[in-house]
Amino acid sequence: MIDFSFSEEQEMLKQASREFAESKITPKVPEMEETGKVSDDIVKALGEAEMMALTIPEEYGGLGLGYTARLIALEEIARVSVATAMMLQVFALGIEPIILFGTEEQKEKYLPGLATGDRLATVAVTEPGGGSDPGSCRTSYYRDGDDYVISGRKCFITNSHIADTLTVLAKDGESDDPRALATFIVEGGMAGFRPTHEEHKVGMRGCNTGELVFEECRVPKENLLGQDGKGMRVAMSAIGMVGRGGMVGCALGLHTACLEASLKFASERILYGKPISVLQTIQNKLAEMKIELDAGRLLGYRAASMQDQGMRADNEFAVAKHFTTEAAQKAAKMAVDIHGGYGCMDEFAVTRYYRDAAVLGPSAGTSDIMKVIVARWILKPYRK
Amino acid sequence: MLRIVVCVKAVPDPKEAGRIRIDPVSRALVRADLPLVLNPLDKNAMEAALELKEQFDAHLSVLSMGPPPAESVVTECLALGADQGYLLSDRALAGADAYATAYTLAKGIEKIGPADLVLCGRASSDGSTEWVGPELATLLDIPIVTMVKEIVECTGEWWKVKASLDNGYRVVRVKLPAVLTVTRELNIPRTLSFSGIIQARRKQITQWGIDDLDVPEEAVGLKGSPTIVSEMTTRESKRDVEMISGTREEMAERLIQELADAGFLSSS
Ligand SMILES: Cc1cc2nc3c(=O)[nH]c(=O)nc-3n(C[C@H](O)[C@H](O)[C@H](O)COP(=O)(O)OP(=O)(O)OC[C@H]3O[C@@H](n4cnc5c(N)ncnc54)[C@H](O)[C@@H]3O)c2cc1C
Repeated sequence: MIDFSFSEEQEMLKQASREFAESKITPKVPEMEETGKVSDDIVKALGEAEMMALTIPEEYGGLGLGYTARLIALEEIARVSVATAMMLQVFALGIEPIILFGTEEQKEKYLPGLATGDRLATVAVTEPGGGSDPGSCRTSYYRDGDDYVISGRKCFITNSHIADTLTVLAKDGESDDPRALATFIVEGGMAGFRPTHEEHKVGMRGCNTGELVFEECRVPKENLLGQDGKGMRVAMSAIGMVGRGGMVGCALGLHTACLEASLKFASERILYGKPISVLQTIQNKLAEMKIELDAGRLLGYRAASMQDQGMRADNEFAVAKHFTTEAAQKAAKMAVDIHGGYGCMDEFAVTRYYRDAAVLGPSAGTSDIMKVIVARWILKPYRK
Repeated sequence: MLRIVVCVKAVPDPKEAGRIRIDPVSRALVRADLPLVLNPLDKNAMEAALELKEQFDAHLSVLSMGPPPAESVVTECLALGADQGYLLSDRALAGADAYATAYTLAKGIEKIGPADLVLCGRASSDGSTEWVGPELATLLDIPIVTMVKEIVECTGEWWKVKASLDNGYRVVRVKLPAVLTVTRELNIPRTLSFSGIIQARRKQITQWGIDDLDVPEEAVGLKGSPTIVSEMTTRESKRDVEMISGTREEMAERLIQELADAGFLSSS
């Protein structure tokens, strides 16, 4: 029998996450919207609430609660602030390669600080040359004695200006093989590394996205993460499950917020002497939002539960990522529509949801790319 | 070691209060499909107990009477930091009024073992009688201070607390063992933490029925309840809207007059 309900413990995790989100994050949303900057208070609060520790094993100072728990927490946080959920999702994305591929020394050095929020993580793969094609990576490295020396540029990197523990994908500059890639742990303050341009996004204001520059950045050989030549595997193992799963959490939380706001507005807005929720056209929209939210949840939690069981779930996450981010974008449009003219006014949160929804698509791979992945998956047995 | 028992109740989520119905025949509250949550004022009692536990070497037990799903609020208290949970659950306990509830809880406390301090919320958000605390103290034959809003001194046998009054407060000295019922002003309850939730995995909830408590069926539940609810009605809340027109000054004048006539502005 398949049990589709949360356990008592998962219900408590949800309650804890909701209480945290509503008490610590909601009050900071206006400030984030206005400045577009990361709120230091929120980063601190996320650390205190052990939000960064969720996926880190207990032996390295984490909670070891796993990926279903993470999805529950992300959903609740995104329900009040997608920007915060995005920031948090990429902390976990930056932590994952160290959990999966770190040496014992690397795990002991980085994970305890990452669990408390004293260290902040990210993953830097995308370059101006195209995120969908990470193999075209031009950031390069060469070996020099006991060091690796990295040069190049990364763009659209979440947490670019706040992270101090970065997994960076680079290509072996001395090899002609395009697959000769490696990942390195670059630390904030290392000579030759600096964040440069900070983006102004249409949505997710309060989550930092920007550019990184590496100019002959020297990292000790101990900071090579995984094997030299196997960098794509390191990056994609993390992005395929934790990265896509994180976007599912952002999308589900946003979708929930859209539905809640729409139900409230439709029940309160009186037209023709009655709330507009009696109109079939409005009911259609509300029902559609609910149907897609439920379907998205099932897809997301299926993948997360597989991941918790140690199974490979990157394809299932691609299905869920595609479905939930597309559905959340539709839900945001419908929520704005239901609000009529108010849906264009900043006083109504749905305007923020609409802008945030626009940012859900590309992160961790576009919807087109999710389809490429799903098609590759299902066609595999037929390939000659 | 200070032994504390916090009595907690699972109540229908007050946020969903609009969905509570009254059964026209039995006059009981129909709360069937409403999610159960920890009674809000019991969170203040829990917080007080947890703060005492942080301050002293204390053992904190949580006690609840309720149907099996009420176990979730006991688990929540364990996740908040209580050491041990007790759930008094039995078909025979259903329909208890405040007295039968206090009687059952008193039996539970006696079975748990001697307590130095029993903490309760001042009232539950659904029943709202404020009787369970006082009746519990009477049955246990120990002193009680109701509506405690501050614990001023908590060392030795005699504690000093501030208790709310309608227009102020009184400072009371009370000798332990005692029952305190607490108000919202006492503290800001902490919220669940992930670590606490993990720690709760290793804590136990003991469930007792009437046989374990060694109480006769007639003394508990509906049969043991001396109060009878003769009538219960839902109060309609309606909003009357009246638009005021005129110049700004006229409108302000009218508004003040209307508010004063309705008794919202006092003359003092
Ligand atoms: C808010 C935000 C945060 C991000 N955070 C990070 C981060 O932390 N780390 C990181 O490394 N990257 C990050 N990214 C980058 C993200 O992964 C890329 O934006 C994404 O992979 C798309 O790459 P691109 O923007 O270069 O678009 P392109 O790859 O240039 O794509 C352009 C268009 O071509 C389509 N396309 C491309 N290839 C195919 C194909 N094979 N078939 C069909 N259509 C195709 C795409 O779907 C898209 O419509 C972030 C992006 C955003 C917006």
